[in-house]
Amino acid sequence: MPGSGCQPGVSGWHRAGTGAGVDLCTVDYAIEANGLGKRYGRRWALADCTLAVPAGQVVGLVGPNGAGKTTFMELAVGLLRPTSGTIKVRQRTGFVAQGAPVYDGLSVADHLRMGQALNTRWDAGFARRRVREAGLDPRQQAGRLSGGQRAQLALTLAVAKRPELLILDEPVANLDPLARREFLDSVAHAATASGDGVTVLFSSHLIADLERTCGYLILLAASRVRLAGTVESLLAGGQSLDDLVVSCLREAAR
Amino acid sequence: MIWLAWRQARVQVAIALTMTLAVAVTVLAAHRADSTLRQWLSVLVIVVPGLLGAFWGAPLVARELESGSFRLAWTQDTSRTRWLALRLTVTVAASIAVTGLLSWLVTWWAGPLDHASLDQFGSFDARDIVSAGYAAFALTLGVLLGALLKRTVPAIAATLLVFTAARVAFRLLARPSLLSPVTRALALNPATTGYGSSGFLPLMPAPALQPAAPDLPNAWVTSIAVVNGRGNGLSASELAATCPDIGHRGAGGGGHVQAPPSVVNATQECVARLAATYHEVLTYQPASRYWPLQWSELCVFLTVALLLAGACAWQVWRIE
Repeated sequence: MPGSGCQPGVSGWHRAGTGAGVDLCTVDYAIEANGLGKRYGRRWALADCTLAVPAGQVVGLVGPNGAGKTTFMELAVGLLRPTSGTIKVRQRTGFVAQGAPVYDGLSVADHLRMGQALNTRWDAGFARRRVREAGLDPRQQAGRLSGGQRAQLALTLAVAKRPELLILDEPVANLDPLARREFLDSVAHAATASGDGVTVLFSSHLIADLERTCGYLILLAASRVRLAGTVESLLAGGQSLDDLVVSCLREAAR
Repeated sequence: MIWLAWRQARVQVAIALTMTLAVAVTVLAAHRADSTLRQWLSVLVIVVPGLLGAFWGAPLVARELESGSFRLAWTQDTSRTRWLALRLTVTVAASIAVTGLLSWLVTWWAGPLDHASLDQFGSFDARDIVSAGYAAFALTLGVLLGALLKRTVPAIAATLLVFTAARVAFRLLARPSLLSPVTRALALNPATTGYGSSGFLPLMPAPALQPAAPDLPNAWVTSIAVVNGRGNGLSASELAATCPDIGHRGAGGGGHVQAPPSVVNATQECVARLAATYHEVLTYQPASRYWPLQWSELCVFLTVALLLAGACAWQVWRIE
């Protein structure tokens, strides 16, 4: 498929990166996975995945359902242990799991206090401010929050611990279009607010979500990196991101 | 971090303390010679550790796994092992406090009746310090089963089941020989030896000679055996050979029916014949063993609780 920019397999994204004029020697990686695999019984949720997430960028991890995005992220934060291969996370990490889990019985203020209790570094002033800006009542029980408010609370918890790497698993999957837009803007805002060089890795199966926010894109399908590079470089071929991704997925399916 | 553990336990603890307070009020208002209340309070002290294990212990990890909030709790700077250690410490301490308070209250209130009944081992499980061990055991058991089964409701059921089984098994199999019992040989006394069996239908033992225990106030007689000089027990066939008529005439058929004098005389003659070769061996824990046994059983259950806590840590570390 000429001009598609698709790079099959392991080293694909390196070539894509070089093509975009990124000097590989100076790029630091927030996460490096090598031959990473996770098996449940006989089914591999992620197999032989070699992938690197560049530091200091907002990185979108895109792929169809079942591509292994959640597995990859949970391996990165240590919720899962690899069956094979290695994964190295070089930065202090904040994580928002799929569905933005919070404690229904605890209030918003309790959650902030919990964040403070469970973390060595905690920006209490930032957390309170962010909660106020998101329009959350500190006395409200988390179980009574809307989907968007839950996601905002979970994001606040992850950002207020001042991570160098923020991992968000499908943060907007359950949100309506307006809340989705607001949340993505607040991610971009939070990333800049928490200082320079924060890496954000977030996953979605909707390309439009990522195009708006991300500077860098990794396409994962059936455990493999099919496409990787800065959004700018990916768009340089003249194809829309949508078309590019779809054509790569078609190629992967063959 | 202690704050979080306390925050997640405080509603439960408040409910438990309110209920304990209600018991305290009931008890203070009640007459201290009310033997029905004494029985009910004993039952309460016996079931509370199991209930705390089921309703505090089992959900501690299981509900985190069910609701997905473990993905929040276990991805902070504090490791999940430390998270568990603190939550376990706070919850175990609370359950020991609640159970201990209840047991102390009941022990104090029932003191006069217990003293009069001269049967301190009859209420062993529901008095003094031993229930603190049950509380720690039940709680760690609940947490472990919750972490293994990963679902709250089955874990609650399993905790109640395993806790009850463990308590009954310990009571029947381990406690009688936890401290080596005292044995005493006595001559077979025809006047106080009966014949029959007692028990519940599916577990009804075969009828046998039933020598009465001598008067040992506050002691716990665990067995009375009829043996000969070589230490062999009296077999049913030998009993039948020596006393062919025993148990055949005027059988009581349950209930408290006075046997006719002829049957009583026949039994006594027969026991007197047996007494030439047989004597009774009494196995018992003397009254002075009460506190050593309380401490020993407490230590056993606390040790098991510690081992279970270790297993909880291992299982929580393993969970993916």
